[in-house]
Amino acid sequence: MRAVDSMTAALLMLLSAAVIYEALRLGAGWGSEGPESGFFPFWLAILLAIVSIVLFVQALRRRSQEPFVNRERLIPVLKVLGPLAGFVLITDPPGPWSGLGLYVAAGLYLGFYMRWVGGHDWRTVIALATSIPVITFLIFETWFLVPMPKGPVESWFGY
Amino acid sequence: MGLENLFLGFQVAITPFNLFMAVVGILLGTIIGVLPGLGGANGVAILLPLTFTMPPTSAIILLTCIYWGALFGGAITSVLFNIPGEPWSVATTFDGYPLAKDGKSGEALTAAFTSSFVGAFFSIVLITFFAPLLAEVALKFGPPEFFAIQLLTFSSFVGLGGGNPLKSLATILIGFILSTVGLDIVTGQLRLTFGFTDLMKGFDFIIAVIGLFGIGEILLSVEEGLRFQGAKTDMNMRVVLDTWKVLPRFYRTFVRSSIIGFWMGFKPGGATPASFMSYAFAKRFSKHPERFGKGELEGIVAPETAAHAAGVAAMLPMITLGIPGSPTAAVMLGGLIIWGLQPGPMLFVDNPDFVWGLIASMYTGNVIGVLIVLAFVPFFAAILRIPFAILTPLIVVICAVGSYAVHNSMIDIWYMLIFGVIGYVFKKLDYPLAPLVLALVLGDMAENALRQSLIMSQGSLMIFLNRPISGVITAVAIFFFVLPLLTPWWRKIRA
Repeated sequence: MRAVDSMTAALLMLLSAAVIYEALRLGAGWGSEGPESGFFPFWLAILLAIVSIVLFVQALRRRSQEPFVNRERLIPVLKVLGPLAGFVLITDPPGPWSGLGLYVAAGLYLGFYMRWVGGHDWRTVIALATSIPVITFLIFETWFLVPMPKGPVESWFGY
Repeated sequence: MGLENLFLGFQVAITPFNLFMAVVGILLGTIIGVLPGLGGANGVAILLPLTFTMPPTSAIILLTCIYWGALFGGAITSVLFNIPGEPWSVATTFDGYPLAKDGKSGEALTAAFTSSFVGAFFSIVLITFFAPLLAEVALKFGPPEFFAIQLLTFSSFVGLGGGNPLKSLATILIGFILSTVGLDIVTGQLRLTFGFTDLMKGFDFIIAVIGLFGIGEILLSVEEGLRFQGAKTDMNMRVVLDTWKVLPRFYRTFVRSSIIGFWMGFKPGGATPASFMSYAFAKRFSKHPERFGKGELEGIVAPETAAHAAGVAAMLPMITLGIPGSPTAAVMLGGLIIWGLQPGPMLFVDNPDFVWGLIASMYTGNVIGVLIVLAFVPFFAAILRIPFAILTPLIVVICAVGSYAVHNSMIDIWYMLIFGVIGYVFKKLDYPLAPLVLALVLGDMAENALRQSLIMSQGSLMIFLNRPISGVITAVAIFFFVLPLLTPWWRKIRA
């Protein structure tokens, strides 16, 4: 707990330093139209710097030996985060590659998680992993006309 | 004159389409309130894009009814599963779950829903009368007054929020800093983008809400290894009627808790302390304080009445001043801007049908709400029996869809993921999340009010103290900010 708590405070110090630097570049004083662009961020960051230094000291002085999270509890968290990052990645990867679109990615993600973590039988997995994206598609694309990222599968169907 | 306007509002609120929206909102809201990882704030945030094309009044009715539904839904999980869906339902578990284990979940839920309804109704009546008055006063406000109110809003998180006041202050500052990222509309300069074009658009608070509250909450609940082992429900008409015969006995608790709820609720973050405070009061004034915590009906009435009264009261500053009292109200405020309305006192002048339709819909929404939840408790409880490995990815997909839909941009899904991790870490380290979201929403308004005030005073901060209204508000705000410093000192003197 102590390590993460002090690390967070340290990150906040870094953040405030970056903001102060940027605010000074923009001008944090009084311009021709009143306070300059950097004025508000500058003072916010000054305050944040002070607060985070105190928080850092507070965190270091804490005597708790309790870990932030133990291994056995971290695993389920990573099991959610990992596939989630994978889901976002295959939806539409950054860079020139084109992705599978949100619906197909969602289906794969749902199926993978249900099978891998939940151990559900293949019939349930396939039924839900296909029906949920289809229902989402109908609600968003056809009913409310809110477009989601689409890939090759949707274009085969003419969307 | 207030009643005339209210009558006008009812004509808007009881059109078939708006009543249908209310029913849909309550149903969706209760489901959202029951599901882990989805609460009022991010439930409303995810569904916000669906309202872009609706008439604003129907849209706000849908969203507020989702909010009422989520408040009701929180009681279901607290009583049946001993899992508070929202922080202000924690006190409901104290007596709700013991009652449910005794096989009296029907009584407990009826008491919870009825109390919620009474608390909400009390606040709605007060809003009906106070909102126009407050809006009229607020029409005379200038930039210094608005900035002072913002100070007061955030000072109450620091002074009254509990926990480490410095961590509250830190999240407020982070929220404000994030709100300055992107284009500065006054000077046209790009700020804090550090050369990344993706940062030009800034951070949308709706994404922050979905990430912090949605993904963060899911990570937290899988870490805690949530398993839903719920008590059975025995809701039927008989139990409801029998409980209703008993409840009038607690009229003192109803009145006391409603007042506490309203008073705490129109200040930000008030619902949670209100529920605990009213539980403590009920226990102190009870003839059988020893029964509290073991399944006393009054122990459900007190926190539920106060929490719901506070939840409704959070709408008062949102519609009159344009300053939301809770993260959910903040998301609705964002909705108002997207639908092309200007939040704040001018709403009462420019869009009376919207405001009064909204106020009237609070009456209809809560009546519909209490009837729906009483009738469909077993259905809502069944949702929690869906296996966790299906619910978790489903909620994640819904969050991702909601994030993308706000601006049709892929980067927002990545932001959601990052905010999710931040939310998880912050929650574990006791950094409060609500102030961050509110600061992110109000950042532009606060900065503009500050800049305009300083231009008016040619750079002197004394403008906030010299003007009578802003002077009083600023003084109270400063008092709250230094309150955490004074408390230990005060304790020493008394000892």
